[in-house]
Amino acid sequence: MTVTPLGMPRRLVEVTLDGEPVRVPEGSTLLDACRAAGKDVPTLCHGDTLTPKNACRLCMVEVEGSRTLVPACSRKAEPGMEVRTGTERVRHSRKIVLELLASSADLSTTPRAAEWIEEYGARPGRFGPDAARLGEEPRIDNELYVRDYDKCILCYKCVDACGEQWQNTFAIAVAGRGFDARISVEHDAPLPDSACVYCGNCVEVCPTGALSFTSEFDMRAAGTWDESRQTRTTTVCAYCGVGCTLTLHVQDNEIVKVTSPHDNPVTHGNLCIKGRFGYQHVQNRD
Amino acid sequence: MRKRDGNPKTYTRLTHPLVRDSREEPFRRASWDEALDRVARGLERNRGAFGMFSCSRATNEMNYVAQKFARVVMGTHNVDSCNRTCHAPSVAGLAAAFGSGGGTSSYEEVEHTDVIVMWGSNARFAHPIFFQHVLKGIRNGARMYAVDPRRTATAEWAESWLGLNVGTDIALAHAIGREIIAAGLVNETFVERATTGFEEYRALVEPWTLSLASKVTGVPAAAIRELAHAYARAERAQLCWTLGVTEHHNGTDNVRALINLALLTGHVGRYGSGLQPLRGQNNVQGGGDMGAIPNRLPGFQDILDPQVRRKFSAAWGTDLAPHYGLNLTEMFEAMEDGTLRAVYCVGENPAQSEADTQQAVRRLKQLDFLVVQDIFLTRTAELADVVLPATASWAETEGTTTNSERRVQRVRRAVAPPGEARDDIDILCDVAARLGHRWEYPDAEAVWDELRSLSPVHHGMTYARLEEHQGIQWPCPSTDRLEPSYLHGRLWEPDPARRGRPAPFGIVQHDPPVDMTDENYPIRLTTGRRLDSYNTGVQSGGFASPLRRGEYIELSPEDAEHYGVVTGEQVQVTSRRGSVTAPVWVDPALRPGLAFMTFHFPDEVDTNQLTIEANCPIAGTAEFKASAIRIEKLPVATEVPPLTRL
Repeated sequence: MTVTPLGMPRRLVEVTLDGEPVRVPEGSTLLDACRAAGKDVPTLCHGDTLTPKNACRLCMVEVEGSRTLVPACSRKAEPGMEVRTGTERVRHSRKIVLELLASSADLSTTPRAAEWIEEYGARPGRFGPDAARLGEEPRIDNELYVRDYDKCILCYKCVDACGEQWQNTFAIAVAGRGFDARISVEHDAPLPDSACVYCGNCVEVCPTGALSFTSEFDMRAAGTWDESRQTRTTTVCAYCGVGCTLTLHVQDNEIVKVTSPHDNPVTHGNLCIKGRFGYQHVQNRD
Repeated sequence: MRKRDGNPKTYTRLTHPLVRDSREEPFRRASWDEALDRVARGLERNRGAFGMFSCSRATNEMNYVAQKFARVVMGTHNVDSCNRTCHAPSVAGLAAAFGSGGGTSSYEEVEHTDVIVMWGSNARFAHPIFFQHVLKGIRNGARMYAVDPRRTATAEWAESWLGLNVGTDIALAHAIGREIIAAGLVNETFVERATTGFEEYRALVEPWTLSLASKVTGVPAAAIRELAHAYARAERAQLCWTLGVTEHHNGTDNVRALINLALLTGHVGRYGSGLQPLRGQNNVQGGGDMGAIPNRLPGFQDILDPQVRRKFSAAWGTDLAPHYGLNLTEMFEAMEDGTLRAVYCVGENPAQSEADTQQAVRRLKQLDFLVVQDIFLTRTAELADVVLPATASWAETEGTTTNSERRVQRVRRAVAPPGEARDDIDILCDVAARLGHRWEYPDAEAVWDELRSLSPVHHGMTYARLEEHQGIQWPCPSTDRLEPSYLHGRLWEPDPARRGRPAPFGIVQHDPPVDMTDENYPIRLTTGRRLDSYNTGVQSGGFASPLRRGEYIELSPEDAEHYGVVTGEQVQVTSRRGSVTAPVWVDPALRPGLAFMTFHFPDEVDTNQLTIEANCPIAGTAEFKASAIRIEKLPVATEVPPLTRL
């Protein structure tokens, strides 16, 4: 938008998506190409502000000449690529992935999970009732956000957001390996004893609700959380002079959640503790 | 009121007007009509002795109307806001050098630069999202240098930390300048074409050898030399600063000394090279831009320019006095001698935010009439004759604010205000009407469009365009194009006519802090912000931060040992102006002789009773960053409740 030296304009690359030719800017991923063409490719671990992690394997598509399926979120479009997004092989892969994910984690608060499970005919119950789950209670150890690791699919987005990609606080990481891998702060401590600075940028990117703001967690528990009755209003943070854009989620005239647009030039979707949680003073009404 | 858990007093929203006949009485609830009539009478009888404290937290539109109220309704340029207590020296310094009081580059540019200098700025805590851009820059290969008396969370990311003695910024800057000259690293073409006063500057810095500067600043000569060479040799460099530079009795001089370095090396007016003061409040930039300062009309246009005055006189239908008004600091002094008798205070809390708060409160009490318009009954509002409940501008009104990179962005109403609370602009217009001025502003956009018609730098920013571009940076004179993200590219023009006025070097002298340390007050106290709290805590006290631990006097491990005190122990902290009791926190990031406090919890520990009102003569900002104190162990070491004034 502003005049900056961006170098040469990007060339367009032509690929074939399910038989249709489409042109996308050089450097685009297959997921970008699919979305530009209006194709709905499911994904959980892809974050528009994060480097692709290829963790969830939901977005796999078939590329002519490739022995295996490829993850659309990270594979760059190359000239002449022939991509198929809805073949039997692709649908079968997604079905299995959904079954594995939904049997090992609680996807009840994952947006669209139920819809995909139905669309791909996945039957998570077929592994039996004792499929590997953590079976943990949500961790409520501070007043700002809750960690419910029963819902964690180990996509690592929170680790990347807390780490070198944005926040650079490194409060959370992957502990354990293989089947024992899980997201944790140092020594698995309660959050107030960790390096956490409560920016909430991990909550912002969590795709399943494993991390959620206390306001949302409590309202869901009370059965009062209702996104259809919520308004989203974009405004500017009331604290320091950086001027972060906030999206205020309001239900019944109460701010219940604060996010930031991911394409905003100031924040790129990130906030600090004051912007994310410092709204309560407005509604201390009596 | 609980303090043990570190959570401060919480404030409840004001929901209806409050009035009283004398300051000895308690407030009583009043109708809006009665309250506004009282305001009109109180201001009318003090015509000619009026001052307006506008609000750096409110929208541009509100600030525009507030300054218009002062100038048109009350006929005075006495309008200012808390920019005076923070970045007024940056505005004054930048304006003196370049003719414009804004930071010269954009956040994104710090990601694409080679050297970043963070001077007197703990952005990691005070401006966390700006610091994310800095971290991107560091990850892209930039080298960052932190200049700060404390080894802050920002300094942890630095290539090198220059831990200077408080108040020796000019000595350090001059030594860097001298080293750049001595090493032959001056950008001679830029200096010759785009600056004036180089020879004088060279003579000025000549005495500041590395060894002298090292003695004065406490920074090793090698570290000064390294920063000088890194900054001067960089293809692009960003020099960022915050209140560690400005909150001194010579804040404007400090800013000029930093600008000199950019002039010497040509690190201004190019993409990735610039000067970036990080502003402390959501709209402190915008408040000044809107003319809520005593020397500028909206659009940063000089009151002394007859053409400018003619334009505004015609638009507003009133004559404008051809002189500057009083700034916030001068208004407080005028309260003392009785020449300022009525104040309209919108959203400010000077009773807790000014340096030397006891003096500020005494002066406010001397006023004949004080009206406070706020969302809370702050300590300042408790001193008022009339209190008007306002809306929280960022969540309850429409309008715009302007951030540190000059980006004007829309704020929008997301929630309905409580009780009878009303929009600031509506309230001001109602008072204006009672004083004989009928202004028709159906909405905030109407105010904005009036401002756009008068301010060339804002002319191109329609609400529709602000929405489309997620904010637009000024200058934006045209409705069909956008300007570069950096200012003063003109300085690089080969054609002298297009280059315009060259930037003068600032000829400024090192001057140590006013409040000297001696055997009675041996410790240097500096103040600042923590990550999760904000200013006087009225806002940030409203949420339950797990990081918050309340106010502490932070001491170096060496000093804690010397005084025989431990973390959590209450001590008496005394300066030449006041005394408070506060618990001790031991912070290894502090050097012996240096202590740190915030002013986030004034209801528990009123830090600003300690600070000195030694003001910058140009910008009027007080020396919050340097007081001399002593620490005394209390006779009973524990179980002493924190000092309260309930």
